[in-house]
Amino acid sequence: MTSEATVTSFATRFRRVSVVGALGLVFVGLLLFWLAVNLVRTPSDFFDVLLIGLTTGCVYALVALGYTLVYGILELINFAHGDVFMLGGMFTITYSTSFFGLHQGQGFAIVPIVFATLLLAMVSCGLLNAAIEFVAYRPLRGAPRLAPLITAIGVSFIIQDVGLAWKGPNYVTAPDVFPHSKVFSFRGVDYSWNKLIVVLITVPVLLALLYLVQQTRQGKAMRATAQDKDAAAIMGINVNRTISFTFLIAGSLAGAAGLLYSLYVTTVRFDQGFQLGLIAFTAAVLGGIGNLPGAVLGAVLIGLIQAFNEGLNWHAPGSDWTQSIVFSILILILVFRPEGLLGERTPEGG
Amino acid sequence: MTEHPEGTHATTQGDSPAETVGLRNVVRERWHALPFVQRAAISIGLEILLAILFFFVDRALGYAVLTVAALYWIRRLPRFPWKLAAQALLVALFGIFGPRSFAAAIAIAFAVFWIPERRRTWALPIVAIGLTILYPFYQPKMFTIPVLGVWPDVATGVVMLVFVMMAVGLNIVVGYAGLLDLGYVAFYATGAYTAAWFASLQFPHTTWHFGAIGIDPKLPGIHVTIWLLLVLAGVITALFGIIIGLPTLRLRGDYLAIVTLGFGEILPQIARNGDNLFGTGVNLTNGPNGITPIDTLGFGNTISRWTGGFLPSNYLQCCSANHLGHQVQSTDVFFWTALVLLLFTVFCSLRLQYSRLGRAWIAIREDETAAAAMGIPLMRTKTWAYASGAFFGGIAGAYYATFKSATFPGDFFFNISVFILCMVILGGMGNIWGVVVGAAFLAYLDREGLANTGAWINGNVHIGGWHPNLDVPLYASGIYGLIILVVMLFRPEGLIPSRRRAAELHEGAHDEPLYDVVHAGAEG
Repeated sequence: MTSEATVTSFATRFRRVSVVGALGLVFVGLLLFWLAVNLVRTPSDFFDVLLIGLTTGCVYALVALGYTLVYGILELINFAHGDVFMLGGMFTITYSTSFFGLHQGQGFAIVPIVFATLLLAMVSCGLLNAAIEFVAYRPLRGAPRLAPLITAIGVSFIIQDVGLAWKGPNYVTAPDVFPHSKVFSFRGVDYSWNKLIVVLITVPVLLALLYLVQQTRQGKAMRATAQDKDAAAIMGINVNRTISFTFLIAGSLAGAAGLLYSLYVTTVRFDQGFQLGLIAFTAAVLGGIGNLPGAVLGAVLIGLIQAFNEGLNWHAPGSDWTQSIVFSILILILVFRPEGLLGERTPEGG
Repeated sequence: MTEHPEGTHATTQGDSPAETVGLRNVVRERWHALPFVQRAAISIGLEILLAILFFFVDRALGYAVLTVAALYWIRRLPRFPWKLAAQALLVALFGIFGPRSFAAAIAIAFAVFWIPERRRTWALPIVAIGLTILYPFYQPKMFTIPVLGVWPDVATGVVMLVFVMMAVGLNIVVGYAGLLDLGYVAFYATGAYTAAWFASLQFPHTTWHFGAIGIDPKLPGIHVTIWLLLVLAGVITALFGIIIGLPTLRLRGDYLAIVTLGFGEILPQIARNGDNLFGTGVNLTNGPNGITPIDTLGFGNTISRWTGGFLPSNYLQCCSANHLGHQVQSTDVFFWTALVLLLFTVFCSLRLQYSRLGRAWIAIREDETAAAAMGIPLMRTKTWAYASGAFFGGIAGAYYATFKSATFPGDFFFNISVFILCMVILGGMGNIWGVVVGAAFLAYLDREGLANTGAWINGNVHIGGWHPNLDVPLYASGIYGLIILVVMLFRPEGLIPSRRRAAELHEGAHDEPLYDVVHAGAEG
């Protein structure tokens, strides 16, 4: 048994190092070649698509961070997170249009409205996410780990139907308020303001999150709880409250993402959250789940991959295959490199 | 169940203070302190009050409440002579006043429970199978259930049986081996497309017939008899399950779940885009239009003649027989065939449960490390669980495609995976009977029940002057989500639990700490 195990582990390691590594390199090489050909053939399309990818990557980053925060602390794939994000979009539309009367052509008056809506959407989604944790995950703290995963799916379906009952089965449109005028031009490609605004809102939120987790007392409690709940409890950390706080933060990030998505894409539908949430989860896994910079890196990469796939002309599979490509990445990463690109604390990583 | 003395002790100690605090426990304690007669009087009074309340909403519902209350109290009567007399009285009452079919139904139910308990393990399934076989004959005469409406028709029955079969297949993976599979729909799709490829006009450049029934022998395309295809679909799907399983099964539970989910999303997308794969013009799946028609089932003229017409030559041109005042139709034959397939699935599942392999699955489910230490080959055992689950899923998919004579990529959404998972959870993970009942009920809800309930609510509920106008089937997935949530929170072992699984789910934390100290130490 022992010798057999040694042989197997050696064989596994050998295979993982050489064959898989080589195949991975070949694959990445082909990908780069494909990108290079596209760049040479249609440079303007390439840059256009690149900018789109970076922008969607920002939205994905906000959602992926929610997955990564929750996974880091509970080791739970919070399937409902994508749907909280979707509701964030719906909150945004309701708050901005019904409460603040947001509509097109208001000029700079949109700035305070968008910020107020952002705040409200973040608070609503944060509270919703914390409530979900309280109702659906906390009672199952001691249960086998698949139990909260199953309830997470149930909650996800319930929230989808809340969205369905609230806004109906069709797309809800948000006013297209972000200006489309260009910021600058590069080789015939315009970088428009609406893309820049997404980045301008995302980056401060990310920095604030990083500060919160790495510099504050509460962030220290979060990291301690993520490392070892029992030890954290012994040190006087209120573990349950820390977990609730984490869900609150994750939910508010989803709310911010919902606002950006609904105002940038301008349409939201009740079932979009689940698919987009899975894409964001893939991003979190790609970067190394539990790792905050990793989630951002993975999200930008996934955003770029999606945009290149959907926007390039030369031998791109097209949007019909986006889902398959993203999930293939997810499966390949989980099977061959579960610790992700940047590698962090995953139990089966080592 | 191996008793864990320390664990049990800790549990009782932890529970005892909780039983004396909290409003719910105080009320419960007061209640149990009352004398029996008083308790009975209060309950019966409340039940009658409830019945009167419901009577104003819908007469039938009021009667239903009374009947359920009566059934509950009859259960608690002394056997002789009161229980017998009360049961006879209830049957007689319904026989004279109420729906006769309901009288017959409760008479049969009472009769079954008079069978001694040790014979019941055999008698219950036999009665259930007999009633299911006869279902097409008595279905039109059945009474109307309050709220849920009429009994499902036979075509719905076929779908129910197919879904029960899938749920029993998924139960092998989720219930026995404890591997969460969120992409079971991929197996269903594989089976359906296998049937569609080998028994339709999908490949017009090849003409190959092998025992196909009821079509022109010169018809282009591959036409293999469905009987062979059911086996083939099972085998191909099992192989597919092994291919998926080999790289992924070494992942831990939640990662495995998400990988299966990924496969469950990729496969339907391939089906959806398969009419022009990667721009090569290869039409594999006919894209969103699906593959239709698919050949039908049948035994052929020769066998049909040998059996004196008992086995029909062609299911669609069926049948001339008229039994018990019921003209046998082709849906009935599909229903019986589905029942045979389901019985085969249940039989295999039961035989597997306590086989060497089945015990290995249970061991892995309860503690993977300990199982490996006892010499159970983890990968091989898990792969077998996957392959067996996939096998039955494939057969069910192929049969369903044949019954509908079509397969569309739109049938294979993630919702279906969760729907089947919900069946397994509701019925009770690991217990076949629970899964069968849960799956039949949910499949019925999905096909007819929710629509009927919606119609009933819209027709009978008025609050003040307000009439609801709900489209209940629209919220089907949310209702399944709610069922999953409620069951997992309050009764994780399901409605009809397997005793072993229930113990595991309640013991929970002892086996698998959520955050493993040793593990984290080794990592850090």
